[in-house]
Amino acid sequence: MSFHPLMEYNARFQKSERKSVEDGAPFVFTPERRAQLDDTLTKYPADRKRSAILYALYLVQEQVGYLTGNGMRHVAEILDMTPAEVEDVATYYVMFFREPVGKQVLQVCRTLSCALLGAERVTEALSEKLGIKVGETDKSGLFTLLEFECLGACDRAPIVMINNEHWHEKVKPEDAAKLVDDIKARGEAAYSGCHLHVER
Amino acid sequence: MEPILTPYVREPNSFTLDFFVKHQGYEGLRKALAMQPSALIDLVKASGLRGRGGAGFPTGLKWQFVLKDTPLPKYICCNADESEPGTFKDHVLMERNPHLLFEGCLIGCWAIGAKVAYIYIRGEFYHVQKVMEAELAKAYAAGYVGKNIMGSGFDCDIVIHRGAGAYEAGEETALIESLEGKRAQPRIKPPFPASAGLYNCPTAVNNVETLCNLPPIVLNGADWFTSLGPEKNGGPKLFCVSGHVKRPGVYEAPMTITLRELIYERAGGPLDGRKIKAVIPGGSSVPILLDHQLDIPASFDDVAKAGSMLGSAGIIVMDDTTCMVWAAKNLLYFYKHESCGKCTPCREGGDWLYKILTRIEAGEGEMRDIDLLVSIGNNIAGKTLCAFGDAAATPALTTVKNFREEFEAHVREGRCTVPAPWRAAKTPVGAH
Repeated sequence: MSFHPLMEYNARFQKSERKSVEDGAPFVFTPERRAQLDDTLTKYPADRKRSAILYALYLVQEQVGYLTGNGMRHVAEILDMTPAEVEDVATYYVMFFREPVGKQVLQVCRTLSCALLGAERVTEALSEKLGIKVGETDKSGLFTLLEFECLGACDRAPIVMINNEHWHEKVKPEDAAKLVDDIKARGEAAYSGCHLHVER
Repeated sequence: MEPILTPYVREPNSFTLDFFVKHQGYEGLRKALAMQPSALIDLVKASGLRGRGGAGFPTGLKWQFVLKDTPLPKYICCNADESEPGTFKDHVLMERNPHLLFEGCLIGCWAIGAKVAYIYIRGEFYHVQKVMEAELAKAYAAGYVGKNIMGSGFDCDIVIHRGAGAYEAGEETALIESLEGKRAQPRIKPPFPASAGLYNCPTAVNNVETLCNLPPIVLNGADWFTSLGPEKNGGPKLFCVSGHVKRPGVYEAPMTITLRELIYERAGGPLDGRKIKAVIPGGSSVPILLDHQLDIPASFDDVAKAGSMLGSAGIIVMDDTTCMVWAAKNLLYFYKHESCGKCTPCREGGDWLYKILTRIEAGEGEMRDIDLLVSIGNNIAGKTLCAFGDAAATPALTTVKNFREEFEAHVREGRCTVPAPWRAAKTPVGAH
C-alpha cells in the first residue's frame, strides 16, 4: 500500500506504539456465558444489540483472561457488528486488556487525591517488590502492575483495585510489599474491601 | 441539619430493601404516582433542584425540555459514572442506599413518561454494582419496580449498565454514546438529549445525587427544599473532602455551610504542623481557591462568584508540602490520558501541557515555557465540543495564575523546589 509516489510500496510509514491484537485460540462462549449475554440483550431494544458490547467484552475477558481477535470476532457475530467496530470500542476503554496479564492485576490509583497521600510511593514499592515496571507482568505470571486514573474513593486513599473488581484501601507505601506476600498466601482474603460503614 | 440523603450510612444493613421500606422507603414514589406528571415537573421546578453532577442546571427545566408529543419511547439515564478526581459521593449513595436511587429513577420516569431508566455505573464500581443488582432484584420481586408498580398501573424497568473505564463517559452525550455501544465520545449539540438522546429518543440524563433528592422533595414539598439552603441553592448537598486533611470523607450539609467549616471542622483541618496551601473546591477541573478565600458558602453561586466552581463538590485540599507544578502535572497526566481524542485542541493540547509541565517540574524548563502553558491552555478552553477541554486547561492555567513564582523557581534553580516526603523519587509513568 502506498499513498505517495515517492513512498516505497509496502513501506511502513506509520510508527505507532499500538500493538495489534493477537488472534488467540479459536473462541466461542461457554453455554453459561452465552446464556448470560442473551439475557442481557433482552434489557435493550431488539434492534440495539450493540448496547451489550461492553458486557460481552467483559465476558470474553473473563473466559480468556484478555481480549483476543477471535473473541472480538465472535462478539461481532452475535451483536451484528463488524469486527472493526468491536475493536474500535475495545481499544477505547481501559478496563479491557489486549494482551495476556497476570492472575492478579494490581491497579494503583495515581490521580491527585491518592498521589497526595503517597500513591507514587505505593507504586514504587510494588514495582520494587515485584521487580517489574508499571505495565509489566512478573516472571511467575502472577502479578501485573498498572496505574489507574481516579477510582472514586479519594477519602480512603491511596487505593489499589485488583482485577477490575476488588478494592484494597488506605495502602501505606511501607505496607505495599506486604500486600504482595499476603495475596500470595491468602488470595482474595487479603483485600480490605470497601469499608464505607466503618467509623472513621 | 439532620442528614437527609445519608442518615443511615453507618448502619450495617442500610442498603437492604427491608431497612429502606421501614424508613419511609418508596413513600415518595407512592405519592408521586398519585400526581399528574406535569404537576410533578412543576413541583421539581418550584424546588429549584439543581443538577449535582457538576453544571448545576435546574432539573425541572431539563425535564420540561424533554419532548412530550412524540411516538418515540423516552428514557432516563442515570449518570453514575462518577469519575471526576476528588469526587466519591455517588459511590456512598449507591453502596449504602441504592433503593433511594431506584426510587428517584422511577419518579423521574413517571415525570417525563419513560418506561426504562438506565443506570450507567462506572466499571470500577463493580463491587457496588453487585450489591445494587441484588437489591434491584428484591425491589422487582416486591413490586416496587417492573410491571404495575405498587398497583398504580405504571410499568417501568431499571437496568444497570456497567461502563469500562472512561472519564469522558461522564459527559452526558458521551454517556449516551457509550450506552449505545460505541466509544464514549461527545456529540455535537444541538440536538440536545432532551430531543434526541439515547437511540435518538428524548432522554433526560441526571446525576445519582440529583435523582436521590427527588423522593424527599416529593414527600416534603418544594418550600421545605428551598428553605434548606441559600436562594437558588436549596436542598441538602454531599461534599467530598479529600487530600491533606485529618478526616477525609463525604459530608452532608446545606449549601449555607462555608468551605472553611467543611475543611476545618467537618474534615478536621490540615494535618498537624502543616498549613493549607490550595483548595480545589469542585473536582479537579475547577480553579484553585487559596486559604483566605475559604470563608464563602459552599453553594453553586457563591463559589462561582469567588472565581471557581462548585462542580461536583469534590474538595481536594493541598497543604504546604505540595509542589504546585507537580500537582498540575499529575492532573494533566490524567487529562491527557482520558481525553477521548475527538477534538484536536484537547487531544493535542493536553499532551503538550503535560510534556511542558514535566519539563518544568524536572528543572529543565525555560522561563518562556510558563507563558507557553498559558497560551496553550487558552487555546484549548472553550474550543472543544464538551467541557473536557476547559477542564484539561484549568489545572495548568490556575496553578500558573496563583503560584507563578513557584514555576519560576523551578526554572531558575533547575530542580523541584518543593519536594515532598510522600512523593516517589521518580514519578512512575504508566505504560497503558
